[in-house]
Amino acid sequence: MPKTEIIAEPGVPQVLITREFDAPRDLVFRAHLDPELLARWLGPRRLTMFVERYEPQDGGTYRFINRDEDGAEYAFHGVFHGRPTPDGTVRTFEFEGAPGHVSLETLTLEEHEGRTTLRANAVYQSVEDRDAMVRSDMEQGVNEGYDKLDELLAGLQRKAA
Amino acid sequence: MSQRLDVVFGALADPTRRQILERLTEGDASVAQLSAPFHVSQPAISRHLRVLEAAGLISRWRRATARYSHLEAEPMREATKWLAAYSAYWEESYDRLDELLDSLKSDEPT
Repeated sequence: MPKTEIIAEPGVPQVLITREFDAPRDLVFRAHLDPELLARWLGPRRLTMFVERYEPQDGGTYRFINRDEDGAEYAFHGVFHGRPTPDGTVRTFEFEGAPGHVSLETLTLEEHEGRTTLRANAVYQSVEDRDAMVRSDMEQGVNEGYDKLDELLAGLQRKAA
Repeated sequence: MSQRLDVVFGALADPTRRQILERLTEGDASVAQLSAPFHVSQPAISRHLRVLEAAGLISRWRRATARYSHLEAEPMREATKWLAAYSAYWEESYDRLDELLDSLKSDEPT
C-alpha cells in the first residue's frame, strides 16, 4: 500500500500530496530547507540532483538540475514568497523544459505525537498544465515500479479478454 | 488526450469504482451483481458505472432487462501508468527522506 497519497481530481488544476513521517516537524522542515540535505532525497536514485542555487527566504530564488545516466538534464527554478516556515512555505515552480507554465506550491507540516504530516499543494495555471506535469514526471520516471505495474495491467487485460 | 486523461483519473479516484473495475476483471456483470458486495444501492452503483463509461473504462450491453458492464482495460492501463509513475517519483523521494530523517534523528543529542 503506497504511503504517499496523491490526489489529482478531474477538472481541478491542482495536485495534493499527503505523506506522514516518523520524525518531528523541525527535522522534516530542515530536510526541505537545507540544500545539502535536500539533494540527498529529492528525486529518484537513478537521477543525480544538483542544487545550483537555493535561497529559502522571502524573494529568494532556487534552481535544481536533475541529470540521468545518459546525461540528459531537467532543470527547475522558482521564487519563494514570504518567509518559509513549517506552517507554510510558498514558492513558484517552473520546469525549464516547459517555460511559461508556472505553478504555485504550498508546503505545510503538522506534528502530532512526534510524527509529522506533510501536505503539499501545487496549483497550476490550467488543467492541461497539471496533466502535463504528471506526464513529465513519467518521462523522468522510475522504471522499476512502472514495469511491475505494466505486468499487472497486462495480466488484468488478459483476464478481462 | 489530456482531457481524456483527466476524466479517467476522476473515474479511478473513487475506491468503489476501483473495486467495480477489479470485479469486472473476473468477467462482465450486471448492475445487481455489482451492487451485491457493496452496501450501496443499485442507483448509486449505476451512477458510478456512468462515470466509468464516460471515461471509456467500461462498455455496457443489454440482455433482457439486465444491463451488463464490460471492462475496457486499455484506457485504464494508460492513465494508471502515468499516475503511477508520478506517484513513484514522490514515493521514492519520500522513502529516501525517511532514511535521511532516521540518520538525522540518530545524530541529534538526546
